[in-house]
Amino acid sequence: MHNGTELAVSDLNAWYGESHILHGMKFEVNKGEVVTLLGRNGAGKTTTMKAVMGMIPSRKGSVKFGSEELIQLPSNRIAKLGLAFCPEERGIFSSLNVYENLTLPPVVKGGGMSLEEIYQIFPNLKERLKSQGTKLSGGEQQMLAIGRILRTGATLLLLDEPTEGLAPVIVQQIGAMIRLLKDKGYTILLVEQNFRFASTVADRHYIVEHGQVVDMIPNDQIATSTKKLETYLGV
Amino acid sequence: MLFELIGIPPQALFGQLLLGLINGAFYAMMSLGLAVIFGLLNVINFTHGAQYMMGAFAAWMLLEWAGVPYWGALILAPLIVGATGVVMEKLLLKRLYHLDHLYGLLLTFGLALMIEGFFRKQFGSSGLPYANPLPGGTRLDFMFLPNYRAWIVIASLVICFGTWYMIERTKLGSYLRAATERPDLVQAFGINVPRMITLTYGFGVGLAALAGVLAAPAYNVSPLMGSNLIIIVFAVVVIGGMGSILGAIITGFALGIIEGLTKVFYPEASNTVIFIVMAIVLMVKPAGLFGTPK
Repeated sequence: MHNGTELAVSDLNAWYGESHILHGMKFEVNKGEVVTLLGRNGAGKTTTMKAVMGMIPSRKGSVKFGSEELIQLPSNRIAKLGLAFCPEERGIFSSLNVYENLTLPPVVKGGGMSLEEIYQIFPNLKERLKSQGTKLSGGEQQMLAIGRILRTGATLLLLDEPTEGLAPVIVQQIGAMIRLLKDKGYTILLVEQNFRFASTVADRHYIVEHGQVVDMIPNDQIATSTKKLETYLGV
Repeated sequence: MLFELIGIPPQALFGQLLLGLINGAFYAMMSLGLAVIFGLLNVINFTHGAQYMMGAFAAWMLLEWAGVPYWGALILAPLIVGATGVVMEKLLLKRLYHLDHLYGLLLTFGLALMIEGFFRKQFGSSGLPYANPLPGGTRLDFMFLPNYRAWIVIASLVICFGTWYMIERTKLGSYLRAATERPDLVQAFGINVPRMITLTYGFGVGLAALAGVLAAPAYNVSPLMGSNLIIIVFAVVVIGGMGSILGAIITGFALGIIEGLTKVFYPEASNTVIFIVMAIVLMVKPAGLFGTPK
């Protein structure tokens, strides 16, 4: 195994009730890397993230975070080790205001960002602290969803389609923010459908089909692999 | 005078208003606990009335068997009965969360029947007296105000406001509100949601027991005191809307007062007025006055 491996997933299987969604997912994310899971709708990308995070009760195989095996742990224990999840639907709580949403996830270890640092990255949030969380625009909600997991000291961020449904100018801001987080030393696993956006932020790309990794493309080969990618993603 | 015009002596009017306020205080405290439990657990807690009765009996037993006075029971009885709620959640309720609401309702209803049956067997159904810890009262211009009744109103307002504040304005409350919306996500942030659910049930049960202790000196301590109350409380919850904290409090007090006024102006309807209000509210707002449609 690579010495700087932060997350090593192997033979990961997961089920929703009777339906078998993940069929032996295998991938690795090294410390400080930004890695994407690319694939079509229903390929199992979100399920992979939720299975890593312990949010799917029915799962088998191995998910190693550093030297810790996560596969048997409940999600609250997994979060305490330093993994944080930003869901696709953002998961902003409507009964909480912006400040309560931002400070909801408990700090799990030292080294997280202060609120001031988060306001510097997302100045919009500071102006709307008293607003109901779900009254924010889509872009602001996405910033809130990411901002709140930067406070906790988590070192591995799982971001599920952070650009989905957002205007191009906001997508650019999210891209700049992900590069900034990489510079700060965060390790990021990103789920994307938009490989053009993914290629502006990521180091490597895993292609997911039918609950399995079928290919891995380093970002410097993405220009020569465009044809292949378009076939995989059906664009 | 207005009172002479409408032919109602002020003594009767204010007397019934006070009784209505007292009943409303119990409706509010009981429906508050139900709302908190339903919000997080999605369980309609039919054991609530039995747990209220257990609170009153705990106060009686503490006094008769251990010499603990009323003020001590006010703290101890909710803790004891709340602990039985914790055990019940861990042993039984926890196994039903993935099933339909109906199963939680059947379990809690069955448990209520068993608990009430047990107390009836042990203590009979005629009721046991509990001495008033605050005898006497104040003579006001328009009515006589017994001290203990004034205490019930004040204590219930403090309990209701305190619970509302804890849920709506504190960090702990923000966990509770968030977990009501998305328990899976809140747990993935590192919060032990299963433990929070257990403690929330214990808290809701403790709240019912606290209402039971407050009721002990005002009414007899009897095994069926809870089932008499709980039917009206469920109507209050339906009117206010399931899961709304503030809705439960306001509706509880308001319906107590409406019931009291009905006793003055049209006594024949006083037993049914709450259910008439419920029918009207359900026709106009099926999710209740403060509820949000799902």
